[in-house]
Amino acid sequence: MIRFTRVTKSYPRTGTAVNDVSLLVNKGEFVFLTGASGAGKTTLLRMVYMDERPSSGEVRVSGTSSVNAGPRDVAKLRRKLGIVFQDFRLLEHRTVEQNVSFALEVIGAPSAVIGGKVNRVLTQVGLAAKGRAFPSELSGGEQQRVAIARALVNDPFALIADEPTGNLDDRATRGVFQLLREINAAGTAIMMATHNLELIRRQEFRTIEMARGQIVFDSAEPTATAKRGP
Amino acid sequence: MRPIREAFETFQRAPLLSALSVTTIAFSLFALGLFGLVALNIREALERLEDRVEIRAFVAEGTAPEDVAQAASDIASFPEVLSAQLLSQEQALRRAQTELGEFRDVFEGAVLPGSIDLRLRPGQRDPATVKRVAERVKAYSFIDDIRYGEEWIEKLYRLRNIAGIAGLILGLVFAVVSVIIIGATIRMTVLARAKEISIMRLVGATDGYIRRPFLVEGFAKGVMGGLLALVLTWVAQSLINKYVIQAIFFDVRVAVLGLLFGALIGLAGSAVSVGRHLRRV
Repeated sequence: MIRFTRVTKSYPRTGTAVNDVSLLVNKGEFVFLTGASGAGKTTLLRMVYMDERPSSGEVRVSGTSSVNAGPRDVAKLRRKLGIVFQDFRLLEHRTVEQNVSFALEVIGAPSAVIGGKVNRVLTQVGLAAKGRAFPSELSGGEQQRVAIARALVNDPFALIADEPTGNLDDRATRGVFQLLREINAAGTAIMMATHNLELIRRQEFRTIEMARGQIVFDSAEPTATAKRGP
Repeated sequence: MRPIREAFETFQRAPLLSALSVTTIAFSLFALGLFGLVALNIREALERLEDRVEIRAFVAEGTAPEDVAQAASDIASFPEVLSAQLLSQEQALRRAQTELGEFRDVFEGAVLPGSIDLRLRPGQRDPATVKRVAERVKAYSFIDDIRYGEEWIEKLYRLRNIAGIAGLILGLVFAVVSVIIIGATIRMTVLARAKEISIMRLVGATDGYIRRPFLVEGFAKGVMGGLLALVLTWVAQSLINKYVIQAIFFDVRVAVLGLLFGALIGLAGSAVSVGRHLRRV
């Protein structure tokens, strides 16, 4: 469902960000993506939602191939993915409810179903009571929950999270992570980039470590990727 | 409905910026309108001058009046000819005296040649046609001489062509400038909503969906700018009319065309601006 086949991504100025990566993420899997800053995690995730295209190789996500997907195909693919960032990316002049319903409105969902869906995901992320608040009135952890609710409202098959706990304190991190676990338990695959080794150590999920654009460790195939540096 | 509502919201959210955009568009269209008005009035003046284009064929003395009358009716049936009027020697003298006013005594006892005076149909008054008709008329044996102000007809036409070309070039330049200005003002709204646009894209909105409200906004600004420009041009024309010279204004058809042109410029400006932004992010 998310398959990287010998993917390399190079930039004219900064060089190679991802180097010859092959990877398969299965349905409903939870994958941690870790590694130092600049290791290529974010570039890898951006290629999943086709914000970047590989310089060579192919990324195939739920039947959409990076080789021939047009803008319309990419838009359609993103309706099946949820994307969450470290900086939440909420619209400040819209309420929590409006931020979440925005994701449905822009893909032309019928207004009759929007209210119900928004309530359901806000309940799921524990913010049912704060629907009318503005993002600036919420804590960091709550804002990230709103972002997750927005990512979930389209019932995505996978959630792509780039350092979702990077801006949060320990308590909020635990809360958000617990939420992600629940989402995964309900069947949504999750690819999460994180620096938080503590978080990874405590879990039994698949962990992929990147360095200099390559996968140096994959807990799903520990022997095949034993390139780990000293 | 959504694109219209969102375009309207932009106006509400940033009324000053929107007013500024409309005013800028209005002024660039106003400049275009003023030039159009000048071109229109030059053309109108030239047409009035053209009305006076006349071929005068002088009849040799002693020609039988029936021959001249026959020739005049033949000439009147040329497709280019609007009218062919016969002027006897006496009539020629009377006209000369009337035209000269206080110097009428000069013609006391003079003999002036009779003539056939031709007027050409509108659209047939260009130098080449005038010359062709003159040559045909000259072919009659009893026509002594023919006058048709060859030189000034050519000058008149050259002036008209220059005015037309200058109008076209300046019109195009103003149109391009307007597109750039509108593009820049729409770009400000695009940038103000850059975050919103990036989120729209992340959740799977198509480019068409993102683009539409901006196109509506550009269209609306173009129409409003066009209306304002029309009012400004009308005021300018009224003032010129009152204090400088008598000038005419665009007819309804041209005014509507001007508005449509404003709308088109607004659309083009925003399409360029949003398209560029969407390609970059």
